[in-house]
Amino acid sequence: MTSDTQLFKPREWVALAILAAIILIVIPIGVDTFRLNLVGKYLTYAFVAIGLVLCWGLGGILSLGQGIFFGLGGYCMAMFLKLEASTPEATKIQSTPGIPDFMDWNQITELPFWWQPFHSLSFTLVAIVAVPAIFAYIIGAAMFKRRVGGVYFAIITQAVAAILTILIIGQQGYTGGVNGITDLRTLLGWDIRTDDAKTVLYFVNAVLLIACLVAAQFVRVSKFGRLLVAMRDREDRVRFSGYDVANFKIFIFCLAAAFSAIGGAMFTLQVGFMSPSFVGIVPSIEMVIFCAVGGRMSLFGAVYGALLVNFAKTTFSESFPELWLFAMGGLFIAVVMAFPNGLAGVFRDHVEPALLKLAQRLPLWRAGGVPLSSSAK
Amino acid sequence: MDPSAPADFLLSVEGLTVSFDGFKAVNDLSFYVDENEIRVIIGPNGAGKTTVLDLICGRTRPTEGSIRFKGQELTGMREHEIVHAGVGRKFQNPSIYEDLTVFENLELSFPRGRNVFGALFFRRDAEVRDRVEEVAEMIFLKDHLDTEAAILSHGQKQWLEIGMLLIQSPKLLMLDEPVAGMSIAERVKTAELLNTIIRNQSVIVIEHDMKFVEDIAHRVTVLHQGKVLSEGTMDRVKHDPKVVEVYLGH
Amino acid sequence: MIGDYTFGEFTSILAMQGFAGLSLFSVFVLMALGLAIIFGQMGVINMAHGEFMILGAYVTYLCSHLVTTYVPVLFPVYFFAAMVLAFCASFSLGVLVEWALIRHLYRRPLDTLLATWGLSLILQQVYRSVFGAREVGVTLPDWMMGSVALTDMIEIPINGLFVMGLTILIAFGVYLMMARSTFGKQVRAVLQNRVMAGAVGINTKRVDRLTFGLGCGIAGIAGAAFTMIGSTGPTAGQLYIVDTFLVVVFGGAGSLIGTIASAFTISQAQSTMEFFMSGSMAKVLTLLTVVGILMLRPQGLFTLNIRR
Repeated sequence: MTSDTQLFKPREWVALAILAAIILIVIPIGVDTFRLNLVGKYLTYAFVAIGLVLCWGLGGILSLGQGIFFGLGGYCMAMFLKLEASTPEATKIQSTPGIPDFMDWNQITELPFWWQPFHSLSFTLVAIVAVPAIFAYIIGAAMFKRRVGGVYFAIITQAVAAILTILIIGQQGYTGGVNGITDLRTLLGWDIRTDDAKTVLYFVNAVLLIACLVAAQFVRVSKFGRLLVAMRDREDRVRFSGYDVANFKIFIFCLAAAFSAIGGAMFTLQVGFMSPSFVGIVPSIEMVIFCAVGGRMSLFGAVYGALLVNFAKTTFSESFPELWLFAMGGLFIAVVMAFPNGLAGVFRDHVEPALLKLAQRLPLWRAGGVPLSSSAK
Repeated sequence: MDPSAPADFLLSVEGLTVSFDGFKAVNDLSFYVDENEIRVIIGPNGAGKTTVLDLICGRTRPTEGSIRFKGQELTGMREHEIVHAGVGRKFQNPSIYEDLTVFENLELSFPRGRNVFGALFFRRDAEVRDRVEEVAEMIFLKDHLDTEAAILSHGQKQWLEIGMLLIQSPKLLMLDEPVAGMSIAERVKTAELLNTIIRNQSVIVIEHDMKFVEDIAHRVTVLHQGKVLSEGTMDRVKHDPKVVEVYLGH
Repeated sequence: MIGDYTFGEFTSILAMQGFAGLSLFSVFVLMALGLAIIFGQMGVINMAHGEFMILGAYVTYLCSHLVTTYVPVLFPVYFFAAMVLAFCASFSLGVLVEWALIRHLYRRPLDTLLATWGLSLILQQVYRSVFGAREVGVTLPDWMMGSVALTDMIEIPINGLFVMGLTILIAFGVYLMMARSTFGKQVRAVLQNRVMAGAVGINTKRVDRLTFGLGCGIAGIAGAAFTMIGSTGPTAGQLYIVDTFLVVVFGGAGSLIGTIASAFTISQAQSTMEFFMSGSMAKVLTLLTVVGILMLRPQGLFTLNIRR
């Protein structure tokens, strides 16, 4: 009880080690570059799912607009890469060389001022996190200061996601429209389309993900994390214990937005384009299901949830496209009705006890008393 | 600061009115609470008792009137600022964090690390631990520090919530029906607890249990239809014919 | 902007856009009424509401198809039967869904939102499997075709007028039912104090189920109306769901007048602005304004200040 809050409990160290082993060793060894790139893409959604665990699982704030932040992060990255790909030499057949091709197609003759700073990589890297975080701050401050929460918040974030999508599609000349920003080639001259680059980007992505996971865990075990849960269940009590509830909610919403944005930027780098189809209502709500399948309270679960659902999606939509929507719909209903704690809950209630029982039969474990198994909690 | 305000009271409520779509739940209400006083507010259902507490702690905004606490105007301040000023509020139904242990419940109420970054980097040091144990002892829960709050008895939950206020060392505690659902023995202990508290704190209590009121009250305010019907010692109020008429019965 | 047009032309344009907006308004109102009843009554967000509407649209489509094939004599009046059937189909599905899904989730509004989203995906796929991915349209009877010429510049399509009249009728009917009928009183009783309503002998579960079914049934009628202004496809309902929610929230949940007023404002704003800019920008501006206002006044436009 009175032991200080540890970042990871022993079993969580095991869980972290297993996760790191899977994404840093097992998968890279086990699959070819094409599949590795796919897994890398799935893992970018895990950033969003981790953010949702903090925001929704712990804090009870359901955002149906995480695609906004994923997209903003992704677009920031894509703008930089697009500018690098649009050198005057590379675009000399355009009527205005030196600007992105889609601008030229839309009779725009000058790079808009808000594209200018994205010539700089350091600005871009800051913007990837800052732009979505500031956007989240504006939404969060407006909503939480006025005590808007629950379904209202969910609907408003969804509406914002819809607005942003329509805006991106409508402003084709500035955003690339429905096709998004495509044909991205190099990062500071380094070709991101080669197999080697994809492998490197996979590892960068994986390491960043683990870093975000550790950061999220730091928040979860801090007093802040306990306050989030307290706010979810007894908001008034927290308020009358002298906390400014809105600030806490704004912070966690911004943090989740920043995580999503990092995921979005890594998505752009690994997949080579960014489009409004990752921003709108449908992708945003799918991101919630990654988190829900993994277990809304579990950071580790979020990563597995994102991996599994996306893997299932790819498999299903390749072989039985008509079944995928049924499966997805069923998944939504099932995680709500039958498995509110997702995979992590199933693991905790069924798999772990079974493992423990099994382990007790093995003399090796019985003798050592090694802290057993991992918990996805 | 208004110089005419009586400075010797801890809390002075003057001309307080709140209306919900024309219905005046509290109507031109005035009363004053001294330092180290236990004030009990009684009155029939719908008299506006809980609303008065809501108004003082900032949960509801008054339509008119002023609430002064240690010479500071509370109306217009936000809830957490009022808490920082030294007013604590216990709700009618025990409002505690059921999933957390008694220790954690008290720790979350400990008045340090109340902003975002303070909470992120909050450490559970000796000061916190000592204070939590000290308060736990006062509220008779010393042996239950590791117990999950959800499995406490109803009375223990009430104590825990009182403890969550005490750990903030407020100058004024407001308790909404603190002994509801308590056994006789628990009521006696709660009365003891309140009498210990007031050595350096004031308490406003809303209560229906007349026996308990008699045990603790220094003064009693009777509310009826949002107004003060009668005020004074329990003895005086008890024999006030108006009070007998609307509340205590014949 | 007025510069290119004469004043007469300008007012005509405004009037025409206004009437065009009325059709959108009708669908908004019917969709929003159902949603508002469900949301106001049980705090449940029904993300599958658009699919209930589309069910009504498909039922209308089926009716039109069957009637033309087998009893062409009845064709001029089939639409009325279709509306009733659309209501019945959506109502029944609504009751079934309430029984199977919603009633387990009353205390978890956010979870209901996710579960009904799942339901909407399933329904979309069902529609796609049954009716095909292509959009279908209904044939309207002759008397609904054509338009009334108000002036030589302003023409109003008859089907638009019909939908409009229908909407007013249904809105009025819903109002009467909520305000006057025993069922309406029960619904309001449950809304205000569930425990007490149960204690005085109201079967709250039955009220919940019927309310949910009713909301869905009205969406079915909205679907029938929808066939006149748009073509029906498996995902057509999803396009309306966010707008409709904004209509409900903007109007202040639980207020019938508010819902109608907000549906009117939003549809008219969008329709009018569509003339001056691209449709997508009109929508962006409308939604942005609504979201902006909601941030300033989250309780919506027409809500009472009630005692907590």
